[in-house]
Amino acid sequence: MTPRWILPGLALLLGASVSAHAATIRITMENLVIAPAEVSAKVGDTLELINKDVLAHTATARNGDFDVMMPPKKTVTYVLKKAGAVEYYCRFHPNMKAVLNVAQ
Amino acid sequence: MFVRLSAAIAAIGLLSGGAYAQGAKLTDPQIAHIAYTAGVIDINAAKQAKTKASNKEVKAFADDMVRDHEAVNKQALDLVKKLKVTPEDNDTSKTLSKNAADKSAELGKLSGAAYDKAYVANEVAYHKAVNSALETQLIPSANNPELKSLLQTGLKIFQGHQQHAEKVAADLK
Repeated sequence: MTPRWILPGLALLLGASVSAHAATIRITMENLVIAPAEVSAKVGDTLELINKDVLAHTATARNGDFDVMMPPKKTVTYVLKKAGAVEYYCRFHPNMKAVLNVAQ
Repeated sequence: MFVRLSAAIAAIGLLSGGAYAQGAKLTDPQIAHIAYTAGVIDINAAKQAKTKASNKEVKAFADDMVRDHEAVNKQALDLVKKLKVTPEDNDTSKTLSKNAADKSAELGKLSGAAYDKAYVANEVAYHKAVNSALETQLIPSANNPELKSLLQTGLKIFQGHQQHAEKVAADLK
């Protein structure tokens, strides 16, 4: 019979191993420039979207995969769900563009 | 249509052609006044659109214009306060305001899809004209580096608005 304490221990271990693989990718929008202009990530990674402008921006995938609102002077997060190379832009200022390469 | 559209452009044409031709270099207080006035004009146009537009995308665009231009003008006011500069009214600002009032009266007579189209077409033309004035005259003439930098950010914002307006115009077709 499995001792009772092993189960939560196992869950903790599994949880730990999943979060060890998921990274946080930091993307900044400042003075209408997205930096970095191109970044690689994996499904399950978290995008940390930092808006340093006094204007609202969005991170909107050209292919419709995501559309995240970024209020002025705020940081929002988004967990990547789909793999693929995605060009994204700001719907309010379409001259702001960048690329995200999401691996499986 | 394109002839009527050009009221706002003509104003800025005066700005880039007329003022230069006379050799009258704009001062920082005048530049601040012109930039602020150009923002107020677009806010007023957007407020009119919020009451008159029928298309959802056009209404959303008008909301974006009010929000962005108010944010930029607040930054401009904070800056002139910090620099202890008093914006100075001038002929370019006056012409801009006068033409904007005419344009608003003209748009006020339209309704429905005709209004939506005319408003968005004017937004494309207006931002294009303001961007060209910023690039060719206001930014090069600005003396204070902080004012210059704010105008440069303003240019990027308004170029974004121009592209946004072009997309809305294309969607209306």
